[in-house]
Amino acid sequence: MHLGIFLEQVPDGNMAWWQMLASGLGWTLATAFFAWIMAFVLGSIVGVVRTTDNHWAVRIGDAYVELFRNIPLIVQFFIWYFVVPGLVLAVKRWVVTLDPTQHQFVTAVICLGFFTSARIAEQVRSGIQSLSRGQRNAGYALGLTQTQTYRFVLLPMAYRIIIPPLTSEIMNLIKNTAVAYSIGLVELFFRTREMAEMTFRYFDAFTAATVIYVVIALTANRVMALIERRLAVPGYITGGK
Amino acid sequence: MIEINNISKWYGSFQVLSDCTTSVKKGEVVVVCGPSGSGKSTLIKCVNALEPFQKGDIIVDGISVTDPKTNLSKLRARIGMVFQNFELFPHMRITDNLTLAQIKVLGRSREEAAARGLKMLERVGLKEQAHKFPGQLSGGQQQRVAIARALAMDPIAMLFDEPTSALDPEMINEVLDVMVELAKEGMTMMCVTHEMGFARKVAHRVIFMDQGRIVEDDTKDEFFGKPRSERAQQFLSKILHH
Repeated sequence: MHLGIFLEQVPDGNMAWWQMLASGLGWTLATAFFAWIMAFVLGSIVGVVRTTDNHWAVRIGDAYVELFRNIPLIVQFFIWYFVVPGLVLAVKRWVVTLDPTQHQFVTAVICLGFFTSARIAEQVRSGIQSLSRGQRNAGYALGLTQTQTYRFVLLPMAYRIIIPPLTSEIMNLIKNTAVAYSIGLVELFFRTREMAEMTFRYFDAFTAATVIYVVIALTANRVMALIERRLAVPGYITGGK
Repeated sequence: MIEINNISKWYGSFQVLSDCTTSVKKGEVVVVCGPSGSGKSTLIKCVNALEPFQKGDIIVDGISVTDPKTNLSKLRARIGMVFQNFELFPHMRITDNLTLAQIKVLGRSREEAAARGLKMLERVGLKEQAHKFPGQLSGGQQQRVAIARALAMDPIAMLFDEPTSALDPEMINEVLDVMVELAKEGMTMMCVTHEMGFARKVAHRVIFMDQGRIVEDDTKDEFFGKPRSERAQQFLSKILHH
């Protein structure tokens, strides 16, 4: 491997290959960031709903989770990109006003957002259900409403308990953005392939991509570990030391 | 104050409460005892509607807990409850445990709530623990905090659901002492407990339950004198021989 290749200019472009990969990384991070916000908000709502005693809401929540969890991610990408605009006229009208990159980006965020939200919903549900029934009862017995009991009593502990699986989920999400190459989003994996095919330097291109993915996943992991330590409850047997 | 009228409850086809009727007058201390699985915890949880029941009615201070128009949160805020496993909120300091519901439910200011909470904490002898987290206290201390938390809401009655059965023997008394004091001050109390010493000391009435039924509902002297039912006699002979 020699690093000079990354400084070479891209044919018919005014960028070096390292800048090409960096721009791909930018799209990867932007996609992961917005998809995470969407997934966290939706996943929390669905997860909470599934622990209430409203049977219909629980069923709808269960169906939501199973829907997004049981279809391969790449299939979901194709459905959101090709099928949904064909089915829903309003989406089609909106999509044609976007340039292709915008369309790919929005699709990737929505697709990964829904896919990841189903998994987060499952974790939020299990976090809440891991707390004793007595915690909920204690909130109610003090006169807190159901919403207040979730907000002040159940969720603060549930989120602390599920930080480790949430960390895995962030790392999964970052890695899953690579699938967006299948609809043409110019993210890191797309640029890596492009570089490999145009320069025939597969080893160098994919080594670089591997290192970059590992570094961002590890960074996310470290940040979450820091948050976990910050939020650790003194005297409570979770979160390690 | 608390009227329990003919309530019955089923889990599926299994009946956990059968036609239970009793009442607790203002200022009265009623102890509920009985073998495990007899429905005593379930009964006490019905009083503030933490457990739904299918038949009968419970009226607390003139308000029916089954009436769909009743604001259950408001009603519960007026009845203090202490649980077997303390159920302090582990992520909050003791002060915040004491003030949360005062602020969110009663609408007290932070300062007012803190002052009231601290006063109750002092009463249970734990003022110096105010800034700790529940996990840093012993079981007995946690349970005393839980009592203080309930008292800070200025309840009209207190429900105790086996408050000492999760405690080490040497911590039981510190909790019972607080409860005895409360009883002597005239608090209306309904206590599920096996602490017969406590019952002897402060109870006005003792209720004995078995298999979801109220088998005995006697004054204290009658109950400890000689309970009418054979089942209660058996029960007493098993737990009183030490």
